[in-house]
Amino acid sequence: MADVAFRGATKRFDRRPAVEHLDLEVADGELLVLLGPSGCGKTTALRMVAGLEEPDEGEIVIGGRVVNDVEPKDRDVAMVFQSYALYPHLNVERNIEFPLRRRGVDAQRRRQTVHEVAASLGLQELLARKPRELSGGQRQRVALARAIVRQPRAFLMDEPLSNLDAALRLQTRADIVALQARLGTTTLYVTHDQVEAMTMGHRIAVLDHGVLQQVGPPHALYDRPANLFVAKFLGSPGMNVLPATLEGTAAHVARVDGGHVPLGDDGVAASGQVASLAVGVRPEHLALSPSGTLEAKVLLVELLGADVHVLCQLGHQTKLVVRQDASAPRPAIGDGVRIAVARGSVHVFTGESGGRLGGPG
Amino acid sequence: MRPDSRNGSGERGSRCRRGRASRRRRRLAARYTLLTIGALVVLAPLYLTFVSSLLPPSALAERPPPLFPLDPQWHDYVIAWTQGDLGVYLRNSAIQTGIIVCGQLVTSVLAGYAFAFLRFPFKRALFVVFLATLMIPFEVTLVTNTQTISELGWYNTFAGLTVPFLATGVGTFLLRQAFLQIPRDLREAATLDGYGRLRFLLRIALPLARPALAALGVFSFLAAWNQYLWPLVVTGSGNGVRTVQIGLKLLQGTEVSRTDVALAGTVIAVLPLLVLLVVFQKQLVRSLTAGAVK
Ligand SMILES: Nc1ncnc2c1ncn2[C@@H]1O[C@H](COP(=O)(O)OP(=O)(O)OP(=O)(O)O)[C@@H](O)[C@H]1O
Ligand SMILES: [Mg+2]
Repeated sequence: MADVAFRGATKRFDRRPAVEHLDLEVADGELLVLLGPSGCGKTTALRMVAGLEEPDEGEIVIGGRVVNDVEPKDRDVAMVFQSYALYPHLNVERNIEFPLRRRGVDAQRRRQTVHEVAASLGLQELLARKPRELSGGQRQRVALARAIVRQPRAFLMDEPLSNLDAALRLQTRADIVALQARLGTTTLYVTHDQVEAMTMGHRIAVLDHGVLQQVGPPHALYDRPANLFVAKFLGSPGMNVLPATLEGTAAHVARVDGGHVPLGDDGVAASGQVASLAVGVRPEHLALSPSGTLEAKVLLVELLGADVHVLCQLGHQTKLVVRQDASAPRPAIGDGVRIAVARGSVHVFTGESGGRLGGPG
Repeated sequence: MRPDSRNGSGERGSRCRRGRASRRRRRLAARYTLLTIGALVVLAPLYLTFVSSLLPPSALAERPPPLFPLDPQWHDYVIAWTQGDLGVYLRNSAIQTGIIVCGQLVTSVLAGYAFAFLRFPFKRALFVVFLATLMIPFEVTLVTNTQTISELGWYNTFAGLTVPFLATGVGTFLLRQAFLQIPRDLREAATLDGYGRLRFLLRIALPLARPALAALGVFSFLAAWNQYLWPLVVTGSGNGVRTVQIGLKLLQGTEVSRTDVALAGTVIAVLPLLVLLVVFQKQLVRSLTAGAVK
């Protein structure tokens, strides 16, 4: 087991950076989720740790040692590929055993280890099957088994759940978390699914266009997003973002399309210099109420079981989503409503860079 | 809707169905007729050869030739085998073919692997050159090759017979394509599991490319076994490296100048091919249709 770190790691393809100056530390035994939209460089970052991609600048560190010049096979990390990359001509037992054969483990020990690992993942019955005779979920577990069988210093997982259906994904998510906790192996887990990231990660690192946006525990990123990108990316539905202007110099209230929102007691210190602003409010901090400060029209009402999402139009341009309990009275499409904003729930960002200026927490 | 109109449409429907069924039957009949004609065209010469090899010399001249040997002359085979020295020629052919097949498999696997997986300078240009060799018929290089072989002192040796055929553009192309089908993830997974290039080739790539390998083996066997011009040019009477195809030619020209014996020799010479085709039939068909299915 070991910690893993990126130190100013940069990777370019045709001079376009896929990962730019990444500084990130994964502590020993931690499960860190790399989160970001498609094409943001998650896989590239992971492949640099594995040694499948060489950084153009910066260093990759595993267990305190710079490994830029270490061959992939000597880095002692195991990767779970999105495609699982099982060897199609080998049965499950031989697939799981494959990494051990190159490590001078004798046949007897190999067999025993493979059977232990297979048992821990519920694969005993499937050992004689070929990968094509397995379901997606079973293949995924074989890929996990192949990764853990050689007890690597770190796991690298590239969207291992993306080929599973929703129910299985939920189950496997829990299984991987439990497995990682049991083994205590440092894990770098890549996903574009913010729910996966929120539920699995000890910490989350959000990437956009190859640039690290924010690192921290899930609740910290959710409650105090460092910028508009993180704010919108986490949460489902994401944070409502409204263009705003400050009212006077007191700056306890921001004016938006269709009304105004309270900015909390400390207001926004930097208000004087900022030309344009955006305020962000999570859907759960909004409520339909006759005493609300925003005037809106209902566009869509979506029932999702326990919750109801009400999509509203503010003024001409702006749309926002209000999350309601299913038990609350539901508006009809086309209704004029007023929306109340919970005190101390409004995040303030600069309009241009999207950086955070203030808000709760 | 009026009841009679429903009735009418029902009748029309069933007539339509009947029409479709008979059309399908007619198409099937046409297909089988074509296949049968094709099979006859291909098999007739083989059958006639076999029958004629069993006829007495007098019957060979009859027109039309008899389609069934009423009095099979099996001893023609004995004559062909003993007087024609077919045993020696067959052995020579086996050695020559074996060397060529093994050589082509090894060089095609290695070159195909390089073109599929390695990065090296001028890779594209080199591959184009490889493909270009497919366009040059062997006859074009015949004279040069003969000269080279004789300058190397390889006239009348197995080296002379086989070395010019140890590498093949077709085989390289075939295996490169097969290797390209292997997902990059498998290569990388094997790398992380500690498998270098050669081990990956032997443990993963080759097993996965087995259909292509088998097809190449069969094709190169057929081509090598049936070679006539090159063995004729680079072998002479001494030393005894002549192949069976040359042996057949000689069989016709010498004392046993009998067509029935020559045909018996021919049948003996194609037997190994027939065995090969029967054994590898499945791989052959699969490799030929692989492109069509995908
Ligand atoms: N081998 C390559 N050659 C050229 N460009 C590449 C290569 N690999 C990745 N890229 C580019 O680098 C950027 C980051 O790719 P990467 O695969 O890391 O994204 P990702 O975050 O894993 O996306 P996804 O969620 O879709 O898997 C993309 O713009 C991609 O086009
Ligand atoms: Mg990816």
